[in-house]
Amino acid sequence: MSIEVKMAWRNLWRNTRRTVLTIAAIAFACLLLVFMLSWQFGTYDVMINTAVGIHSGHLQVQAKGYNDKQAVYQVVPDPASVSAAVAGVPQVTAHTLRAKAFAMASSARRTYGAMAVGIAPASEAAVSTLAKLIFEGEFLAKTDTDQALAGRLLAQNLKIGLGEELVLLGQGRDGSVAATVVKIKGIINSGQDVFDRSTVLIPLGLFQESFAMQGTVHEVVLRCRSLQDVAPVKLQLQDKLAAQIKSDTLVVLDWTELMPGLLESIKLDLVSGFIFYFILIIVVAFSILNTFLMSVFERTREFGVMLAMGTTPGRLTRILLFESSSMTLIGILIGALAGAAVTQYFAVHGIAIADAAEILREFGLPERIHPRLSILSVTIGSGIVLVITFTTTLYPAFKVRRLIPVQALRA
Amino acid sequence: MPIVECDAVNKIYQQGRVEVAALQDINLHIPEGAFIALAGPSGSGKTTLLNLIGGLDTATSGTIRVVGKSMAKLTQTQLAQLRLSQVGFVFQSYNLIPVLSAQENVEFVMLLQGIPAAERTGRARSILDTVGLKDKYKRRPAELSGGQQQRVAVARAIVANPAIVLADEPTANLDSKTGQGLLELMQQMNTERNVTFIFATHDQMVMQYAERVVYLKDGRIKTDTLKQHRDKVEPK
Repeated sequence: MSIEVKMAWRNLWRNTRRTVLTIAAIAFACLLLVFMLSWQFGTYDVMINTAVGIHSGHLQVQAKGYNDKQAVYQVVPDPASVSAAVAGVPQVTAHTLRAKAFAMASSARRTYGAMAVGIAPASEAAVSTLAKLIFEGEFLAKTDTDQALAGRLLAQNLKIGLGEELVLLGQGRDGSVAATVVKIKGIINSGQDVFDRSTVLIPLGLFQESFAMQGTVHEVVLRCRSLQDVAPVKLQLQDKLAAQIKSDTLVVLDWTELMPGLLESIKLDLVSGFIFYFILIIVVAFSILNTFLMSVFERTREFGVMLAMGTTPGRLTRILLFESSSMTLIGILIGALAGAAVTQYFAVHGIAIADAAEILREFGLPERIHPRLSILSVTIGSGIVLVITFTTTLYPAFKVRRLIPVQALRA
Repeated sequence: MPIVECDAVNKIYQQGRVEVAALQDINLHIPEGAFIALAGPSGSGKTTLLNLIGGLDTATSGTIRVVGKSMAKLTQTQLAQLRLSQVGFVFQSYNLIPVLSAQENVEFVMLLQGIPAAERTGRARSILDTVGLKDKYKRRPAELSGGQQQRVAVARAIVANPAIVLADEPTANLDSKTGQGLLELMQQMNTERNVTFIFATHDQMVMQYAERVVYLKDGRIKTDTLKQHRDKVEPK
């Protein structure tokens, strides 16, 4: 070890308590960042998986333009071929078919606008969490032909209960009047008001018949093994559809395109998180700056002697930077390891949201949130701490370059 | 040729709105191998003159040449290089680097000069042996007495074979016996290695050892006495 390195290292431990406290501050900031980022990533996973489970699936195959206009005539003309293409993709765990149209829903007492959704009950249960969100009654069975599920708020508004009749009136794919009568078999409570206020689920066969769909659907909804599979599956499927069906009228959309609002709210949350983390790091950076400035001021005379001996200011800066980076790196290493350990513990055991387990379960959310430890959550926080603390220590390290030997010797 | 030449040197400090003349019209030529004391009371300007010769400070006017180089024309980096290669410093309060051992303190100057590690170690130990600090290589300054620390400082000042050693009150913090031992050591270096020693002091003992005493008062040279023989100094 060179004398300069020894010098920097020993200087670090000249005031052990101060150094330990500074390292602890850096380590704590790092630990907090690793945990908080992992927690955020974990909650985003829950948010996405819940939303994907209720609404969109991870991916959908639709007619080009349907996502924007949602017109009843924009259909997937041959769902069987798309199903065959989808079935060949190993990362896809399940898929289902849906058809949707706006309709007037009338009970004996009231009429409200609703989104009538035709679902295939058996495959729907494998793709979405709708079957688990039954608040009252039962989910649709494969053999059901004229039964329906209504959102809790819609049922409330229509003042309709289980077994009562509901009339759906809308426009068919061909422009004809679509009308059907269904019996309420179950009430769904997803916890998402927009969905619960507007949705009526009916068997796909009934929908196709009532809305003159002629065997077509609006959405082929896919569920992948994990969120990480979404991007590769999308590419694979696009190629497959182009090659097998030779259709340029179909598009594959992922959850970010299907639910742009969700992505935006995640981004917003991430940004507000980062503002908080930035403030935290700035506070830590000031504490490091204070420590380091004190350490430099205390040794001004020593620096004067070193300059008198012929040490160049650049060399002095190097020694100080080595000192500060050693301190920072030790803090970051301890913080990142401790943060990863704490996060891993909670990633395995999860964190229960006090008194909310029942409500969460009711809305199809897990009772425990598991932070997601990843290379990103460990490195982002540590990286930011490293950059900001290192930048902070540049000031005192470069300040010594301006020392005038004779003045420093008098300090 | 003189190793140090000061011609019409003035140094004025600005203290608030008041100008304080620390040195006025200093003309001093010091030959190579001299053992010279700059004497005078506190505030007489002796340390200021020493700092100007060592390139730690710059003169307000006049010319200072050290080993033939005009100090006013050198940049800070060139001054640092000159100090590294030609000038050694010994300070009143030793000013060793507290986190380095005696040997490492001595080695530090050679490290700056780019001398390889093995050679550094050999030379540092040899010079520490010369100043009577054998077996104290690994001691940190805090583990050494004042006299021992000042010996390390002398070893550090001369290890790189400088042309000049500038010593500012080197005996001020030492008892007379230790101070005398140190002066004898420096005298020996002066004789054996022909190193020029310039002291800033008000210690009578240092003046007795010096072959030339330049007396300053109020920033001016009052007397410049060249002795025929160095005084014989009896231990106190």
